[in-house]
Amino acid sequence: MTLALSIKQLRKSYANGFEALKGVDLEVAEGDFFALLGPNGAGKSTTIGILSTLVTKSSGRVQVFGHDLDTDPLALKRCIGLVPQEFNFNQFETAQNILTTQAGYYGIKLKDARVRAEELLKQLGLWDKRDVASRMLSGGMKRRLMIARALMHRPRLLILDEPTAGVDIELRRSMWEYLTELNEQGTTIILTTHYLEEAEQLCRNIAIIDHGCIVENTSMRALLGQLSKETFLLDLKETQSVVPELEGYPAQLLDECTLQVQVEKHRGLTDLFTQLSAQGIEVLSLRNKSNRLEELFVSLVEKNLSGDQA
Amino acid sequence: MSTELKSNLVALQTIVYREARRFLRIWPQTLLPPAITMVLYFVIFGNLIGSQIGDMHGFTYMQYIVPGLIMMSVITNSYSNVVSSFFSAKFQHSIEELMVSPVSPHTILIGFVMGGILRGLGVAVIVTLLSLFFTDLQVHNLTITMVVIVCTSAVFALGGFLNAVFARNFDDISIIPSFVLTPLTYLGGVFYSIDMLGPFWKTISLANPILHMVNAFRYGILGVSDIDISVAIGLMLLTTLILYVVCVRLLISGRGMRT
Repeated sequence: MTLALSIKQLRKSYANGFEALKGVDLEVAEGDFFALLGPNGAGKSTTIGILSTLVTKSSGRVQVFGHDLDTDPLALKRCIGLVPQEFNFNQFETAQNILTTQAGYYGIKLKDARVRAEELLKQLGLWDKRDVASRMLSGGMKRRLMIARALMHRPRLLILDEPTAGVDIELRRSMWEYLTELNEQGTTIILTTHYLEEAEQLCRNIAIIDHGCIVENTSMRALLGQLSKETFLLDLKETQSVVPELEGYPAQLLDECTLQVQVEKHRGLTDLFTQLSAQGIEVLSLRNKSNRLEELFVSLVEKNLSGDQA
Repeated sequence: MSTELKSNLVALQTIVYREARRFLRIWPQTLLPPAITMVLYFVIFGNLIGSQIGDMHGFTYMQYIVPGLIMMSVITNSYSNVVSSFFSAKFQHSIEELMVSPVSPHTILIGFVMGGILRGLGVAVIVTLLSLFFTDLQVHNLTITMVVIVCTSAVFALGGFLNAVFARNFDDISIIPSFVLTPLTYLGGVFYSIDMLGPFWKTISLANPILHMVNAFRYGILGVSDIDISVAIGLMLLTTLILYVVCVRLLISGRGMRT
């Protein structure tokens, strides 16, 4: 297996003494679509900052496609395309100039850069806006422009730091499709996001980082397999004033018509509906209270927090 | 030629092209003001006051001050081009585009400096053309003129880069031009010969690097100077080298750009 990314014992301490990374070990295989999740301040952006050389590591080893950050940083940089969290392009330049300039930094001649820029601007629906100053673009367009910029030099590893933050649902889904296609064409993708549904939809493998440590690193399927219970919301046909007695299913009324029920995986839903039916309660619809991954994420982070406090 | 070198040459071309595009796009802020200011200097100091002063080293006062005024424009514009461009890139975080790319720190620095030199030379051409409406000019030594103007431009472009690296806000990029460059330029023999000063002030003036640059340039244009040209050119080359080494080290360390 060729590794796109190998991180060993990565540590970062800032001048004020804050230890952002406490010995992170991480491997991402070539061709993977990998999610790096964690709460705010967990160390995701610091890790990405070190990979892209915007943050200087305190110790540890980083390799991208075998190129070492310490001994071969230029080759490492050539392999990476970075889509940062914040807009970081020149607000006064046009979309097309931003792309061709970026290509020039990677040694791509202007003539070739123009062809590549046209291709990407068309793919990402920005061709009509190519001569517009980037500050005039909408938030979603700016996000797409950053993706196009990161792809100008055809990187083997694309790192996206919350690429869909502030993007509407329709656009987010079209970006998912684009990223999936890109991954299918062979680009390894590492994604950080706060939308856990996004990670569940797109990623095959996942690492969860908290307080500068990796608390989970496994496949998405294995992680979701750990889920022992799910919380469902039931919309009831008729109003209820008291919580119905449901054996084996802890329940509470959120309002007169909404019942929240915890269902352990081995129990299933059939018995729940039998009990409700026996009590004459009709259910109009059923939905997950939260995303499955979100429940796991919260439980893992909480477990880590209680471990810290202990 | 190695792939790395080829790639860096394309990157250098890209940075210089981007810098030129920037100062040409905002020409009312970059090219027009020095043209207007210098025309005012020519009219007021050259024509109105200069006609009352008489000859200086065998030239009319207007002819005498033109090289100094060209130099003044070169110094200000080379400096402000790099300081504002690099600081804006830091401020908008667009400098990260360069930091994450495989461009060598030398290429980045040379690119910004060449941008500063280009603007300095562009303004020099504009000011020189305008001066021809007021007086006749003949170039005494083209090689010295070009060496001095490029070296001066490089020194101040590097100075601007240094300022931008340490600047934390927009106030920080106006302090040096206002409180250091302008006084040194006015006291750098643009409007007078240091032979007019007493021994004490003459000696003090020799410590002003701009005096050497202005006189070396005046020598290139008119063939007269208050100081030794070889010392002036040597000082400029040495200063360029020292500033280059300091700036490139700051870039490698990522000062003000990496955490």
